[in-house]
Amino acid sequence: MDNEFTIDEQPVPFVPGQTILEAAKAAGYYIPHLCFQPDFKRHGGCKLCTVLVNGRTQTACTHKAAVGQEVDVNTPELNAMRRSLVQMLFIEGNHFCPACEKSGACQLQALGYEYEMMSPHFVELYPHREVDATHPDVMIDFNRCILCELCVRASRDVDHKEIFAVAGRGLDAKLIINSPTGKLGDSAFAVADRAAQVCPVGAIVIKRVGFATAIGDRPYDREPISAEAESCELPEVR
Amino acid sequence: MAIAGYVVGATKGFIYLRGEYKHLQEPLQRDIDTMRASGRLGTSIRGAPGFDFDVEIHMGAGGYVCGEGTAQVESLEGKPGRPRVRPPSMVSVGYLGKPTVVDNVETLAHCTEIAVDGGASFAKRGTKTSTGTKLVSVSGDCERPGVYEYQFGVTIGRILQDCGAPAAVTAVQIGGASGVLVTPDEFSRRIAFEDISTAGAFMIFGPDRDIFEVARNFAHFFAHESCGFCTPCRVGTAIQRNIMEKIAEGRGSNYEVNDLKRLAEFMKRTSHCGLGETAGNAVRDALNKFRPAFERRLRARDFAPAISLEAALEPARRITARDDADAHLDVEG
Ligand code: SF4
Ligand code: SF4
Ligand code: FES
Repeated sequence: MDNEFTIDEQPVPFVPGQTILEAAKAAGYYIPHLCFQPDFKRHGGCKLCTVLVNGRTQTACTHKAAVGQEVDVNTPELNAMRRSLVQMLFIEGNHFCPACEKSGACQLQALGYEYEMMSPHFVELYPHREVDATHPDVMIDFNRCILCELCVRASRDVDHKEIFAVAGRGLDAKLIINSPTGKLGDSAFAVADRAAQVCPVGAIVIKRVGFATAIGDRPYDREPISAEAESCELPEVR
Repeated sequence: MAIAGYVVGATKGFIYLRGEYKHLQEPLQRDIDTMRASGRLGTSIRGAPGFDFDVEIHMGAGGYVCGEGTAQVESLEGKPGRPRVRPPSMVSVGYLGKPTVVDNVETLAHCTEIAVDGGASFAKRGTKTSTGTKLVSVSGDCERPGVYEYQFGVTIGRILQDCGAPAAVTAVQIGGASGVLVTPDEFSRRIAFEDISTAGAFMIFGPDRDIFEVARNFAHFFAHESCGFCTPCRVGTAIQRNIMEKIAEGRGSNYEVNDLKRLAEFMKRTSHCGLGETAGNAVRDALNKFRPAFERRLRARDFAPAISLEAALEPARRITARDDADAHLDVEG
């Protein structure tokens, strides 16, 4: 029973150094996440991966697996918390799914379905946010940004361009672009950048390829997000 | 600080001074210069070979969250004050990735005391489990606000007496915005780790204070101070503030009151750092202990909408060019 812990009372093996989320994924066990992608530095901000480790709440994407740990993932109480988190992310921005190119391939929307979000519950904040369409190949709709910082990390650590950053605090926290005008079109951003491929929602959208796959036929239209447990790749939409 | 540096083998120390205390920068710098000139900072301190330690003042831009150790170190590094993911802890990976000790000035001052007078003399003061003294920073409705030093175990009533608080104090907030709200029936409780533990803030609310307004202020404070890193605190503190506003406008109901309680518990369970974990405390305490202050503002027992339904019908009336009685709601909704 070395290098084993339990998730919802099932034994799960792990490699020392692995986080709970990584070990769970390797074992085909689903733990929700939004700001985690395996290739990037851990972030731990979205809190969707919140689990109970020996009775205490922890983020599975940052917490290391350890021998004998008892981890609770799929409990009504935790799922209710996750639903609240998803609701908060929805009301914080402006998400009109039927008009969004990401619909059906969006992780936020998919988590809404997964956690049975039947209403926003909280009063919508309806913030005023802009769309930046200045780049020839890529558009950013800040209305849908959930501040997961995946594009920040991809641009900094993989593309070595540091095009994105988050500035401001509290509700004023927002994604900013490193260019003389603050516009994407005046930055060194390119459609081939890794940062153009990582957005879990419909905030970073590639132009001229939209709707190649019809709505209704997209990954989360066909299968719930929890079905992609083994693969942590973003589903291919186009 | 130099003693702490000597003990852990550090040669460099920072005093993190928040922007709000800019007026202290100059006198503090003068004191540091004097210490350096008299051989109590610098190289071979007091002639002890190898005892090298120096201190630099670092000005912060002013953020409540920078009181959290890891956020403070981020800020020291010139980055936005956002708490780090732990582990690793500061003592293994801290400032610029190096082992770092983060302590309050008060703690470090006690080190000197212990170094000079010995641990036994220090332990003589206070209670069995909380030895020594505590600085209490008294503010609010009293005749003599200021910083007081007490032995641990002092009662709240005693502090109130010493600072000239009015006879009919409504409540005291101990430990700042993240702390606890204490009512008169608890004034015999003590400042100590085993009872009410605090970093020292002591805010007095006199007989004329409305605790709902106090809680509303705290709700605004947290929405303003949330660093924005994690979802529950960034959005949760804003929702808490908005619900308090809705109640203040007289549009609240029991639904909001219950939502505030759920929100406090939710933020406590899911937030990334102490700020979010405690952001609902003040409102929750006020609700539990001063329920009537909320209740008299509630409009309906069950639910009231955030908008005026009557006013919302106005565009429809304009479009249909109607203004008869049937185009209006009987009751203001
Ligand atoms: S980003 Fe996702 S949740 Fe937001 S509008 Fe698009 S599909 Fe909906
Ligand atoms: S644009 Fe997309 S990837 Fe970047 S922070 Fe916003 S949601 Fe995350
Ligand atoms: S996936 Fe763990 S906090 Fe976002």
